[in-house]
Amino acid sequence: MLCQNCKKNEATTHIKRVVNGEATENHLCHSCAENLGFDDFFDDFSLNLPGIFSSFFGDSMFALGESKLSRCEKCGCCFDDIIKSGKVGCADCYTKFYSKLLPSIQRIHGKANHGGKVPVKHETVTAQKEEPKEKTTEEKIAELQLQMQKAIEEQNFERAAVLRDEIKSMKGEN
Amino acid sequence: MKWYMGLGNQGDIVLSTRVRLARNLEDYPFPSRLDAEEKAEVSALIKDSLSDYTEIALKDIEMSSLTPAGAVSLAEKHLISPEFASDTKGRSLLLSESEDVSIMLCEEDHVRIQVIYPGLSLEEAFNAAEKIDSHLEKKLSYAFNEKLGYLTQCPTNLGTGMRASVMLHLPALSKKGAMRGLSTTVSKLGLTLRGSYGEGSEVSGDIYQLSNQVTLGISESAAIQNLSSIAMQIIAQEKQARALLVKDEDFMDKIYRAYGILKSAYKLTSRELTNLLSYVRLGASEGILNVPLEKLCTLFIELQPATMNAQSEAPLSQSQRDLLRAERVREALN
Ligand SMILES: [Zn+2]
Ligand SMILES: [Zn+2]
Repeated sequence: MLCQNCKKNEATTHIKRVVNGEATENHLCHSCAENLGFDDFFDDFSLNLPGIFSSFFGDSMFALGESKLSRCEKCGCCFDDIIKSGKVGCADCYTKFYSKLLPSIQRIHGKANHGGKVPVKHETVTAQKEEPKEKTTEEKIAELQLQMQKAIEEQNFERAAVLRDEIKSMKGEN
Repeated sequence: MKWYMGLGNQGDIVLSTRVRLARNLEDYPFPSRLDAEEKAEVSALIKDSLSDYTEIALKDIEMSSLTPAGAVSLAEKHLISPEFASDTKGRSLLLSESEDVSIMLCEEDHVRIQVIYPGLSLEEAFNAAEKIDSHLEKKLSYAFNEKLGYLTQCPTNLGTGMRASVMLHLPALSKKGAMRGLSTTVSKLGLTLRGSYGEGSEVSGDIYQLSNQVTLGISESAAIQNLSSIAMQIIAQEKQARALLVKDEDFMDKIYRAYGILKSAYKLTSRELTNLLSYVRLGASEGILNVPLEKLCTLFIELQPATMNAQSEAPLSQSQRDLLRAERVREALN
């Protein structure tokens, strides 16, 4: 099979993921994978259907390195703890590690926007907010990650690489 | 009278409907980060909030006060999770008299409200669970986030925190070898279909559970409608397959033989009972055998190993249970 990016070389890197409950597969040659910088974070990207629950955190591309440094102030959990146990520590963890958790959440549910019941207390809180507040860095990163995932799904690897670098630099400033 | 002694809508194929809501309190870490004392504190808060809930009478069961068989029996009856039965410290269960409402405190989430009804009854079960939820939310601050919905310990439950399922008896589709294809189709629609009993890939009793997989980005009512319409399609397919199956002499022979064994066996293992009941249940639903379906359901639930031990004064050995099980079945069917 030919590489889906350059359409010249034999594809050697096989990326299999589940999106919206459906398996999508990408085939890239070694040099394209390397040039586009995908090989470093796609290593853990392979995921098959039956394993979706046991390994749904395993693919988080920012799982390594920095994750040990920051801990949730409320429960003391760091992102590594969440990956290892598959359990989130507390409600605040979802805010603290939002951008890191988002890819996994999307993989499980396909979407990341609540569409169901809202507790009465929260309804009033939402209504009181008059002006939309400035987006936090976490939220911006999360948005970029969504775009990057989309780019990968559309097999627009160059765009994905640009987005990835942008995310990297935002994380650096952080 | 327990919930399983009644016959519900589509009762010839649908054994039961279960709806479960997962909720957590904002101010406490999720249960796996709580010690036994903190769990008891959270449990007490929730119980207190439910003390003036007058809709249903709920019995407060301290899990650590139960015998191991008593705890496992609750899991056999699908009133609690197996995990909840294995580590009982600081955990409580609120249970209604007919066992149709069970609220697990400090299981995987702080609160798990469950309603189980006979037959296909998704809306009713959801409404009953939601009523309890609405009572609680007035008194407690739930962990909730606009984007992610109800926050849960495991991200698979984010959003509505709702898992709805129907338990289906599908002997004819299983016999046809249609189950694998069916579960693949269903998984593409955001649902899961898998065997309810049996180990590994082997399904015993032809009983399958159909449940929603996705909880985020979909409303409760849409999820329930989706589940309900797929369930109805599977039911229609099963009915078609059954109509053909009962024309098969060899299969009819199996139904009558299974009935004969149940009516006269001196010893019955749990697995044997499950497998034979599948034939007899099919025979009864198709009007071949004159046995009330509720009776079969009751036998199935009450003759599970831990449930038998929990009801006996002295612990029973497996062989004592097998004797007693056969006796109870003979009594019920003769
Ligand atoms: Zn290439
Ligand atoms: Zn936390």
